[in-house]
Amino acid sequence: MRLKLLAPLAVFIVICGFLLIGLWRDPREVPSPLIGKPAPAFTLTQLHEPAKTLGPADLKGQVWLLNVWASWCVSCREEHPLLVALGKANIVPIIGLDYKDEITAGKRWLTDNGNPYTTSVVDRDGKVGIDWGVYGVPETFVIDKAGTIRYKQIGPLTAEALETKIVPLIRELQKS
Amino acid sequence: MRWRALLLALALAAAGAPALAAEAQPTGRDSVAAARAVKLSEKLRCLVCQNQSIADSNAELAQDLRGQIREQIAAGKTDDEIVAYMVARYGDFVLYEPPFRATTVLLWAGPALLILGGFVGLVRFLAARRAAPPSPELSPEERQRAERLLAGSEDTAA
Repeated sequence: MRLKLLAPLAVFIVICGFLLIGLWRDPREVPSPLIGKPAPAFTLTQLHEPAKTLGPADLKGQVWLLNVWASWCVSCREEHPLLVALGKANIVPIIGLDYKDEITAGKRWLTDNGNPYTTSVVDRDGKVGIDWGVYGVPETFVIDKAGTIRYKQIGPLTAEALETKIVPLIRELQKS
Repeated sequence: MRWRALLLALALAAAGAPALAAEAQPTGRDSVAAARAVKLSEKLRCLVCQNQSIADSNAELAQDLRGQIREQIAAGKTDDEIVAYMVARYGDFVLYEPPFRATTVLLWAGPALLILGGFVGLVRFLAARRAAPPSPELSPEERQRAERLLAGSEDTAA
């Protein structure tokens, strides 16, 4: 009988537990269905050399990063020093996707803040962004040698995410 | 002279009428497409503002996705194909109505299970109460005390 009286309390505690876990989760981080899927194809003109194009097909056989950025994006400033450092470390090609940006503004932004990108391509109308499921710039994708998306960072990169997840993943993928 | 002008005007109007009718047709088709686009975009969640549908949201992404929907309708895609296109990019999260799957069984069946559980509990509770012996009669002393209390005098028996 006494145990029966405790049942509502037990249910209450379980619900509290779920709610507590919910408090620590970021609702803005929507898991991408693209992880484990082939990187969506595109052929976009390069920011600095408009005569040339680049797409995932050109990068097959190597591990690479796709970083979605824009000159109008405020939190891109936050992650930019980390990207510059990663670019200097020269571990992995970093492709920048300049998302819905003015070309002159994008170029100026890179001149002012440093250019960590191996190449930047221009997604003027945001169509490629939609194909990649981009909804909050900045976003960063890790793509493996076979052209499969292995990881997605939503929002600015952090030193912690780079050290504990992204760089180890890149090294592991490069070995295979 | 005036008659001639009037006839000319009538002839022109008659010639113009079919042209107008022909032009009106695509507008009619467009309004059907527009209604479909609105209906679809109401079913899809905007990922930037999360608690608004693509139809409600003014976020740039929502505008772009509305554009995508319109383009795909114009390209002759079915509603299911367009929804599949969005889910492939943004996941089930874009759907306000989640699909029925192994992982969502609890979500769909949960409320029904809770109601069923409550009903079973209620039936059992009522059955147990009916089966329980009726509460014993009051002893003469208790009856006297109850009467005193009801009359409003001090409870001295305690």
